[in-house]
Amino acid sequence: MNTEVVSQKEMKVSPIRNGTVIDHITPGMALKVLRILGLPREGSRSVVSAIMNVPSESGRRKDIVKIEDRELEPEEVDRISLIAPNATINIIRDYEVAEKHKVALPERAEGTVACSNPNCITNARDEFGRREPVLASFRVIAKEKPVLRCDYCDRDVVNIADQIM
Amino acid sequence: MAGFKGRHIVHIEDLSVEEMQHIMGVAAKMVPVARGERKSTAAQGKVLASLFFEPSTRTRLSFEASMERLGGAAIGFSDPDVSSVAKGETLADTIRVISSYADIIVLRHPREGASRLATKFSSVPVINGGDGAGQHPTQTLLDLFTIQQETGKIAGSHVGIVGDLKYGRTVHSLANALARFGAEITFVSPPQLQMPSEQVARLKETGASIKATQDLNAVIPSLDVIYVTRIQKERYPDATEYAKVAGSYQITADLLSQAKKHAVVLHPLPRVGEIKEDVDSTPHARYFQQSFNGVPVRMAILALLLGVVE
Ligand SMILES: [Zn+2]
Repeated sequence: MNTEVVSQKEMKVSPIRNGTVIDHITPGMALKVLRILGLPREGSRSVVSAIMNVPSESGRRKDIVKIEDRELEPEEVDRISLIAPNATINIIRDYEVAEKHKVALPERAEGTVACSNPNCITNARDEFGRREPVLASFRVIAKEKPVLRCDYCDRDVVNIADQIM
Repeated sequence: MAGFKGRHIVHIEDLSVEEMQHIMGVAAKMVPVARGERKSTAAQGKVLASLFFEPSTRTRLSFEASMERLGGAAIGFSDPDVSSVAKGETLADTIRVISSYADIIVLRHPREGASRLATKFSSVPVINGGDGAGQHPTQTLLDLFTIQQETGKIAGSHVGIVGDLKYGRTVHSLANALARFGAEITFVSPPQLQMPSEQVARLKETGASIKATQDLNAVIPSLDVIYVTRIQKERYPDATEYAKVAGSYQITADLLSQAKKHAVVLHPLPRVGEIKEDVDSTPHARYFQQSFNGVPVRMAILALLLGVVE
């Protein structure tokens, strides 16, 4: 496995023994990636680190997220493809990359993104601040630069990163 | 073509061209009943709930008249502020409750996507009676029906859509349906009120012939249908700017002297000043007929979704 590249990156922050490293995150998106994944979990003692603006091998910049003691499922991390389409997932076991995946864009997004149309029924609040009992949900209609179409109001969400819940 | 019974109509894209044609065919048979010349008991014992969370008297009356003409009954409200049924509860709950009282629901709501949400909680068919700046599919169907009746065909007809194409609720779904039918479309609007590029891109996906211009005079002689929409004053901060734009898109009898002999002028009504009264007496004026057509078209939709006609 490709241990050399990983240990190079690991220099910025101490290497992790077991867990998940999400690499090649679009610069500026690390914190939003954590938000999508619901990390750090309340009550959990595992170290979560976000490293931003790291020069990558290609000369461009990237963000990296490391999560100790948790192996994220591929489906779980695919949701981050909405904002970081080039991200890769490295599962680390005993300091080595045991598995490596590229994120894949899902067909649909539900519960992760809010509709960008302020007049959408999914953004409505009543006088007590309650919302309708549905999750905003979308179809992925463009893959290259992801575009989501709201199942309710039919409007397109182009700047997905701004709409992450 | 799937059956209509029990289905919802939320978005014009929920219907295939074949299904739209079927609705128009049924609507054509409903015309004598809509005029009161023949009686129908097709929907006897059925109840329509018209839930109007924002006022739109014409649309509501048109639906309620349609249900009455089919021999059914209509209940509902048109002002949520005085309606305890809708006060302090979610739309989802209102729909759950009302769908246990009625056989079919028409919903008008200021929020886009409200009808789609209603379909998730309703045990009976939901018809979108207009949601915010979004869809208004029954208006589109009655517009199509009018074009079909008045010009004999939709495919190949050249339709000019004139006025506010940016915010106009009716025009986005009309353009979508016309494009799928194979009509030729020319958008005529001031630059500030052009069809949004997202909509144009979606229309182009259908392979339709689409043009845009600011010059109404230049395009009038080639049009079979002149579909006029209202330019709202609120869109213009400057009153003189509004007057200039509104004036240049006014349809007059004089302007129509350059139009094709059989060209028809349509308008979703109410009109403010877009069509001068001197047009009313010309054979081009078909907007009152269009407005009447709302009844047979809505009768057809109600009857099909209720499953009382095939
Ligand atoms: Zn929406």
